[in-house]
Parts: sequence; C-alpha cells; structure tokens
Amino acid sequence: MISEVKRITAPFDDATARALRAGDQVLLSGRIIAARDAAHKRMVEALDRGEPLPVDLHGAVVYYVGPSPARPGFVIGAAGPTTAGRMDAYAPRLMREAGLKGMIGKGYRKPEVVEAMRECGVPYLAAVGGAGALIARCIRKYTVLAYPELGPEALAEMEVEDFPAVVVMDCEGGNYYEQGQAPYRQR
Amino acid sequence: MRTITVEEISSAICRMAVRACCELPKDVCAAFARARQQEPSPVGRGILEQLERNADIARTDGVPICQDTGMTVVFVELGQDVHITGGSLEDAIHEGIRQGYTGGFLRKSMVAEPLFERRNTADNTPAIIHVRIVPGDRLRLRLAPKGAGSENKSVVKMLVPADGIEGVRRVVLDAVLAAGPNSCPPMVVGVGLGGTMEVAALCAKRAAARDLESCNPDPRYAALERELLELINRTGIGPQGLGGRTTALKVHVEWFPTHIASLPVAVNINCHAARHAETVL
Repeated sequence: MISEVKRITAPFDDATARALRAGDQVLLSGRIIAARDAAHKRMVEALDRGEPLPVDLHGAVVYYVGPSPARPGFVIGAAGPTTAGRMDAYAPRLMREAGLKGMIGKGYRKPEVVEAMRECGVPYLAAVGGAGALIARCIRKYTVLAYPELGPEALAEMEVEDFPAVVVMDCEGGNYYEQGQAPYRQR
Repeated sequence: MRTITVEEISSAICRMAVRACCELPKDVCAAFARARQQEPSPVGRGILEQLERNADIARTDGVPICQDTGMTVVFVELGQDVHITGGSLEDAIHEGIRQGYTGGFLRKSMVAEPLFERRNTADNTPAIIHVRIVPGDRLRLRLAPKGAGSENKSVVKMLVPADGIEGVRRVVLDAVLAAGPNSCPPMVVGVGLGGTMEVAALCAKRAAARDLESCNPDPRYAALERELLELINRTGIGPQGLGGRTTALKVHVEWFPTHIASLPVAVNINCHAARHAETVL
C-alpha cells in the first residue's frame, strides 16, 4: 500500500537515498539534473575518455525529461518524465563512476540497473507520465548547464518544489510496479 | 473542381497542431472521468485525478498536455475534385507543422536521419503523412501527434489463419504486457488486422487515432474490441503501471482484406494523451 507523503530534498545524501522504500509517495524539493538520451550518451563518452563530466553528479538526482519550450512568462513548458529504460545502457556507469544517487522517470528497468542500484544505494522514482503541464508548475527554475545544441535534450539543472513522485524501485530490490499490480491481476 | 490554396492547408495544420497538443479532446476527458469512477485502486484513482488536473492546466496555460508533442501524424483524405494551388500538399502540411510547433512552443522531436547523426530538424518536420484519394471536393485533415514512449512499444506479427482469434488475443496481450508503464497507461490500443505487413500497421495506427466514443461498424469486430479491452484490464497494470483495472481506456480494431495464407496483426499503442484534431476544408 502506498504510504503517507514524505517530503525529501535533492541532492540526496546516502541516508536519504537508502531510506526510500518502494511505494513511498514523495514530494521532492531542491535541485535536480535534467538529462535524457543524447546527454547520457555524451556523459558516458566523456567517462570513456577519462574526462570530467560537465556537472558533478555526486548525490545528484537525475530526471529523465526533455521539456517543451517555455512560453514567455513561464519558467518551462510541459516537463513530464520520459521512459527510463532508454537510459539503462548508461545509468549503471553514472551510479558507479559518477556518484549518481537518484533517478526519476517512468517504466521498467533492466536487471543490470537494479543491480547497480543495490550496489550504490540508489532509488528510482516514477513521476506521472503525460502530466507535463501539472509537473511544470513545480519547477521554479530551469538552467541549461551543458550541450545547449541538443535543444530539448540539453543537460540542465531544475529547481523544484513539491515535485510529486512515487518510489517504484528501492535500493534493496523492492519493486512497486510488482507490488502495486499484483492485487489487480486476474489471470 | 474546387480550389484550395496551400495557405489554407498550412494554417489549418498549424491551428490543429497547437490545439491537439494543448487541449485534450472531449472524448478523452470523458473517458478519464468514467475510468476514475470505476477504478478500484486508490493509487490509480489518484493518477486519473492528476491527469484530469493536468488537462485543465494545459488548457488554461496554453501548455502542452505532455512535453512529448510527438511526431505529427496527418491522415489526409483528398477529394479527387480538389485542385491544390500555390505549391504541393506535402510542403503545405510541413509548413503548417513548422509554424505550429515553433509559434506554439511545442517540442521539436524529429531527427533528420535515424542512425548516424540523428540531428534534430528544429521544427518538428517532416510530418508523417498518409494520403487517401477519395470521391468528392473536400479535403479532410486529421492530425494526431504521437509520442515515442507508446510508439516504441508497437508490434507487428505475421500470424497464419490457423492462429485465429486466440492468436490475435495473444499478440495484443503480449504487446500490452511488454508496454506496461513505459507507454503511459491508461493506454488506447489500436489493433490492425489483415492486409500486408504495412497495411496492418497502418490499420493499427488509424485505430489508435480514432475517437474514443467510436466502435468498429462491424458488430463482430466491435465485440472483439470489447473483449480485448476486458482482457487488457485484467492484467493489473493500471494507471501508470502502479496497479489497477484501468490499463486501457479503449481498444480499437481496424481491418483490411488479406491473403488466404496470412493473418497479419499489428498493435499500435497510444498513451492516455490520445491527442487528435480534425478539420474539413
């Protein structure tokens, strides 16, 4: 069953990250990093070359998002989560080699990602896919940090306040997709 | 013979692109409300409430419902007595997309080439255009932005006649189970049956873009749509994959005659933001 809402702050320290349990409903405030496919590819290529990343990911929570452009007077356009599975090829290295401490997206993850999450104490949270307008209202500031030429795929920092999410996979292997679906499965 | 200018076409496409991305159609809003009343999972009901609130905010703020404003799929029914002046039909549609996605602050999600450079075209062109020449002197344009989260979970299987209805059920159910939360449920499932491989896929795409109040005109296929919906909603996936009975809002089936040896089945999944807009010029 889903719990009372927990208020948490990003970046995560180790204790915060490890205390989150699958099924926890959270309101997240603080600073998170927006990155998706192309930015992940570039960061991992930088690791391959032994170069520093354009942003320090120690303790960072990465939000898989490619926002739509802001209308004048708005901080950002729609900004809901994108499918996390596409980042599975890159996420374990960012956890192990760059200190990534949390992920926000939507959808299933591969076993090798779950393994890295256990090893590094990293939770994976889901935001409501397709609720881009609603989530945009929680974003106070959006600053592109690197790869501006990637447009919606640029690496950026977001300041968020009471960003709603659910912990779907915790660092001990708890999986809320499984727990939540089981009672409603009739087969 | 009736004359339609490329400017009329571009401006219709531009308006529809912005409207489709920012205003959730009434049929989809109604489906959310019905689902919320029937959903036994409290978490699922919470998600459906958030989706309804999201649609309200999008409409009020003029912000897209979802940041993935998609590849823009345009179904064209071109009356054979229409004469288009001032340029080509396809260029007119691309120009409308360019204006709509740029001026309407929609996300540009198209890359010019799929494998090597994947450079963003920066104006969401080209659109994906399907044209049918039909009798008459009207031009019907139906625009359906299609996000990749759900598109990526599409499936085409070439079954054989002996696989029958059971084979169709299995392909659809397997596609939905594989899609799970990735395709942003509650989804709209488009199923295409028959034809050749590409016709089955196009039938599935048309089915996924249909109004949610519609059903297949053939009662046998309408019954199949209801049966598949019930099967899908027994998976337990629920809104956003967090558990519940509302895994799909609707299943639509479209079919085409096929070969004596074939039973192609295509599944095109649409997310809950089942966006569409239509204009007749």
